[in-house]
Amino acid sequence: MTGAVLEALASHWRRNRLQLLTLVLGLALATALWSGVQAINAEARASYDAAAATLAEGRFHQLMPREGDSMPQALFVALRRAGWLVSPVVEGRLRVGGTAVRLVGVDPLTAPPSSAASEALARTDLNRFLRAETLVAGPEMAALLEANMPNPVLVDQAVAPGSVLADIGVVQKLLGRAGRISRLIVLPEQPLRQQPLADIAPDLVLQRADGATDVGRLTDSFHLNLTAFGFLSFAVGIFIVHGAIGLAFEQRRGVIRTLRALGVPLRRLVVLMIAELVVLATLAGALGIALGYLIAALLLPDVAATIRGLYGADVAGTLQIRPAWWLSGIAMALGGALLAAASALWRLARMPVVAGAGGRAWALGSGRTRTLQAAAAVVLLAAAGVLAVTGGGLAAGFALLACLLLGAALALPPCLAAILRLGEAQAVRAMAQWFWADTRQQLPGLGLALMALLLAMAANVGVSTMVSSFRLTFVGFLDQRLSAELYVDADAVADRAALERFLEAHADAVLPIMSVEATLAGLPAEIFGVRVGYTYRENWRFLDAIPAVWDEIEAGRAVVINEQLSRRAALHVGHTLALGPGLSLPVAGVVGDYGNPIGQAIVGEALFRQTFPAIEPSRYGVRTGNPQGLRRALTEAFDVPPARIIDQAAIKAFSLSVFERTFSVTDALNVLTLAVAAFAILMSLLTLAAMRLPQMAPVWAMGTTQRRLAGLEILRTVLLAAITAVLALPLGLALAWVLLAIVNVEAFGWRLPMYLFPVEYIRLMLFALAAALLAALWPAWRLSRMEPTGLLRIFANER
Amino acid sequence: MNARALIFLLLGVGNAFAQGFAGLGTDAEGFAVPEPGKRFEFPQDHGAHPDYRIEWWYLTANLTGPDGADYGLQWTLFRSALAPGEAEGWESPQVWFGHAAVTSAATHLSTERFARGGIGQAGVIAKPFAAWIDAWQMEGDSLDRLQLSATGNDFAYDIAMHAEGPLVFHGAGGYSVKSAKGQASYYYSQPFFSVEGTISLPEGEIRVRGTAWLDREWSSQPLADDQNGWDWFSLSFDTGEKLMGFRVRDAADSGFTSATWIAADGAVTPYGDGKLVATPLETSWVEGREIPTRWRLVLPDRALDVTVGALNSQAWMGLSIPYWEGPVRVAGTHPGKGYLEMTGYQRR
Repeated sequence: MTGAVLEALASHWRRNRLQLLTLVLGLALATALWSGVQAINAEARASYDAAAATLAEGRFHQLMPREGDSMPQALFVALRRAGWLVSPVVEGRLRVGGTAVRLVGVDPLTAPPSSAASEALARTDLNRFLRAETLVAGPEMAALLEANMPNPVLVDQAVAPGSVLADIGVVQKLLGRAGRISRLIVLPEQPLRQQPLADIAPDLVLQRADGATDVGRLTDSFHLNLTAFGFLSFAVGIFIVHGAIGLAFEQRRGVIRTLRALGVPLRRLVVLMIAELVVLATLAGALGIALGYLIAALLLPDVAATIRGLYGADVAGTLQIRPAWWLSGIAMALGGALLAAASALWRLARMPVVAGAGGRAWALGSGRTRTLQAAAAVVLLAAAGVLAVTGGGLAAGFALLACLLLGAALALPPCLAAILRLGEAQAVRAMAQWFWADTRQQLPGLGLALMALLLAMAANVGVSTMVSSFRLTFVGFLDQRLSAELYVDADAVADRAALERFLEAHADAVLPIMSVEATLAGLPAEIFGVRVGYTYRENWRFLDAIPAVWDEIEAGRAVVINEQLSRRAALHVGHTLALGPGLSLPVAGVVGDYGNPIGQAIVGEALFRQTFPAIEPSRYGVRTGNPQGLRRALTEAFDVPPARIIDQAAIKAFSLSVFERTFSVTDALNVLTLAVAAFAILMSLLTLAAMRLPQMAPVWAMGTTQRRLAGLEILRTVLLAAITAVLALPLGLALAWVLLAIVNVEAFGWRLPMYLFPVEYIRLMLFALAAALLAALWPAWRLSRMEPTGLLRIFANER
Repeated sequence: MNARALIFLLLGVGNAFAQGFAGLGTDAEGFAVPEPGKRFEFPQDHGAHPDYRIEWWYLTANLTGPDGADYGLQWTLFRSALAPGEAEGWESPQVWFGHAAVTSAATHLSTERFARGGIGQAGVIAKPFAAWIDAWQMEGDSLDRLQLSATGNDFAYDIAMHAEGPLVFHGAGGYSVKSAKGQASYYYSQPFFSVEGTISLPEGEIRVRGTAWLDREWSSQPLADDQNGWDWFSLSFDTGEKLMGFRVRDAADSGFTSATWIAADGAVTPYGDGKLVATPLETSWVEGREIPTRWRLVLPDRALDVTVGALNSQAWMGLSIPYWEGPVRVAGTHPGKGYLEMTGYQRR
C-alpha cells in the first residue's frame, strides 16, 4: 500500500514540475545563502586568527618594577605561591672580549611554552642547560663567546643577534646580580584562583602586551552581524518554501481525500508526506550547500596567499569544507521545510475524510485568517517595541529582531490593502477603478511573495547600513590606531637612548608608546603616554572633545579617555578623572575605541614619564616617507631582527583588503536575496495566472487588448513591489539599528555608530523594482500571447 | 609537543614515565639506592630525600557529593633530581613537578606545575609537615591532620584530611621490590584518611566527603630495563579492609605483581610476585591508546575475586608526562571503591 500511496503523492509533482522546482530551488537558495555566509565567516575568522597569531608571537603581559630596574627574586616565588603563573627574566649587559653583549636569563621550567626562549631550549636538554651552564646564541655571537668564555656554547638562530640566552641562575652569576630579577612574564592562562596582585606585589606594574589582536574584537562583531544576516536570508527562503508547500498541499486535497476514502490510515499518510518532505529537503539542502560553497569559493579571496606574502606564515590556502557548516546547512534545510510545512500538515491531519476536494483556492485566506494575521502582527510589533525599551541581553536582542521582522511581514498585506484602497478612492475612470480593485483582489495570492520581498529588501537595507557603518568606523579606527608607518620593538635594542637618537635623526617623527596598568574610577584600565604631534592631531577623531584638546594633553593639563571608560564610569568632557594619588585631570576628549575591552586614559609624554619614571616605551611608532629604507638602516645600525620592526602600513593594507573582500561578499549576497524574492514573485504570478483568467476574461471581452492587459499586469506587480520596497526602508533601518545599537552593545559592550546611505538605499530599491519587473515579464508575455480561445473558454465553461 | 614536554622527555624522569620507564632502570650515577632493612624515622622520612633520584607524595581521594554522585581527586608532588644532593638557589639540582586532577563520571580535569628546587617555589618540609608547589599545598602540624588545596584553569579544590589509622609499610617493612632482578623502592602509605571539603568544577562548587590514600615512595632505579609500565590499584573495601596491588609490565608481558593486604586496624600482609592476578576485562580508547578500564583482580589467599571498573574511562592525564589515573568502583566478593593508575600505554 505504501508504494501505491507514494506513487499517488509523487504523481502530483510529475504534473506540477514548476512547483517542485520552486520548492527545491527555494529551499536550496535559502540553504545556499545560509551556508555561504557560514563558510565565509569560518574562513575569514581562521585567516584573521592566523594573522593575529603571527603578529602576537612572543608577546606577553609583563610585570615590571614601578621604580628601579630590578626586583627581588623572592617576589617571583611569592607570586607563584599566590597562584600567579609568572616566569622570571634577568637581563643585563656584559663586556665579552671588548663587545657589549646582552645577557638574558630565563627559567626554562616556568617560561611560556611558545616563547622564543623555550623554542631555543627545545633544542638542548635541561641537564646541559642548567647544570653545564650552557650559553645559547646566534652564530656570530657564539664565536665571540667560545673565544672568551669558559661556558659551553650552543648555536641557535632563534636567539636575537647581540643577545645571549642562558639559565637565570647562570646570568645572575655572570652579572653579579644574585637574587635579583628584571621582570616577570605573565603567562596567558592563569588559574581559577589567585590573590590580587596589589596584595602581593604592590610595587610592580603590569605592562600589557601590545594589542595586535585588537582587530579580533572588531571582527567578532562583524561576524555576528553577518551571521544574523545569514539567518535573515534563510527566513526569506523559508517564506518561499512555505508558499510552495502550502500550494502543493492544497492542490493535493483531492488526492488525499481519495486515498483516505480508499482506506489509507491518516497516520501513514502524514508520515509518508513528512518522509517525502524530508527527502526533498535533504536533496535541496545538499544542493544548497554545494551552491553555498560555490558562492563562498567565488567570493572569498585567497586570503592565505596574502598572509603568506606579508608574513611568510603558512596558512591553508583553500576553502575547507567544514563538517560544522555542512551539518548546519542540512539541519537548516530540514528544519526550515518542516517549519514551513507544519501548518499544512496540521490542516491535513484535521481534515475530515469526506471534505470537499475543490473548496478553498490556495491562500485565498478567509476574512477570519486575515483578521488573525493582523492581530498577530500588532502583538508582535508591540512585543518588539517593549523589548527595545526594556530588554537586556543578547537573547532579547535576537528576540526583538525576530518579533520585528515577523510582525512587519504579517502587517504587510493589511498595509498594502489600505494603501490600495486609498488609490482606489482617488480613481475616477472605470479602468483605473478596476485596476486598483483587481490589484487589491490579488493581494492574498501574492501576499507571501511580497512578504519575502519585504524581508529581502529590509535585510539588504539593514545589512548595507550595518556593513557600511562598520567599514567607515573600521577604516577610521585603523587610521587612528595604526597611523605610523613603522613600529619598532623597543626590547630589540639594548641601548634605547641611542635608538631614540637614531630615530629622531632619521624619521619625520618618533612616537614612543608607553602604557601602564591602572585602576581608574574603580575600573581596570590602562594609562597611555603619547608624544603629541601631527600624527595625533590629524588622525584622531573624537566622539566629544574641547577645541584645543591636544594642546591641553601636551601641556599635561588634561586627559583623553576612551568610550568604554566614559560609558562605564559616566565620565564626560569637563569631568575630572583621578589618575593616581595627587593627580587629577579634567577630561578633554572622549575617543571611540573599537578594539579594546577595558578603559583607557591618554596623557602627554612628559606627564607620563614624570608619573611613571620606571616605565620605558615598549614600542616606537615611526613616521617616515621611506619605511623600507629606514627599516634597512635600523637593521644595519642596531642589528634589529626584521621581525622586531613591524611595517604597519602593510598590516593596515592587508586588514583593509580582507575587509573589502568581506564587504564585497555582502554586496553579492544582496543581489542573491533579491533574486530569491523575485523568484518567489515569479512563481506566485505563474500560479495565479490560471486562477485569474475568470477576472481577466470579462475585461478582455469588453474590448481591452491582451497587450494592454499584460501591460497592466506588469504595472500592477511593479506597483506592489514599489509600495513594499518603500515600506521595507523603515523596517531595514530599524533592523540596522537593532543590530548596531542593541545586539552589538549586548555582545561587545560598545555601540557601532550608525550612518545612513541614501544613495545605497535608492540603488537597492531600484534593484527590488527590477527584480519585480523581471518576475512579471514572463507571465505578462504569456498573457499577451495567449490564444483568444483560452479567454473565450472562460465563458463557455460553467464555473 | 610543546617545548617543555620535550625538555622533560630529555630528562631522565620524562623518559621514565613516557617511554617505558627506562630512565628509572638505568644505573644510579651517584644516587643512593634503597636497601632492605631500613629503619624509617618520622617525621624526617615524610620530607624529601634529595640523594635519591625520584620521589613522590601521591594523594588520591574517593569523594561523594551531597546528591550521592562520585568524584575522584588527585594531588601529586614529584621530585626528580638531575644530580644527588641539594644546593641553595638556582644551583639546586632538584626539579619538582605537580599534577592535580578532579574526576566525575562525566568530566576529568587535570593540570600540572613545574618548579626548580632551592628557591622556595616548591619543596617538602617534614615538621611541621608542608609539601607545596606554587599555590598548591598539602600541610598540617603532622601527617595525621592535613589541609590540601590546588587550583587549575578550570577547577580547584580545598579539603581537610584526618588520619584514622596507622601508616602502612609495603613489601618487607617498606622495602618494595619491583622486579625479579631486585629493583626496589622505599614505599609506605597512609590509606586511612577521612576527608571533607569543597571541589570547584565549571558547573559550580560541590561539598564532598570521603576517603583518601597517601603514598610515599622514593628510589633511584625501581624498574628493570625490560619493564615498560605499570597498573597500580589502591582499593578500600566496604569492610574497612584495603588492598594495594600493582603489576609492572615487561616486554614478555608476563608482568611482576605485588600486593599488600591491609586489615581494618592497619595490620599488613605482603604478597609477593604472582599471588595477585590482575586481568584486563575491557578496554577503552583513550587519546589514541587502548587502555584497560575494567579489570578482574584475584587474590586466592584472601578469597578475593573482584571486578574493578573506572568511574570515568577517559580519566586521562594529558600532561607533559601522560598517563591514566582515575577513581574506580569495586564489585564482587569485596565491594568498595578505589583508585587506578596505568602508565606506559603507547599510542597505536
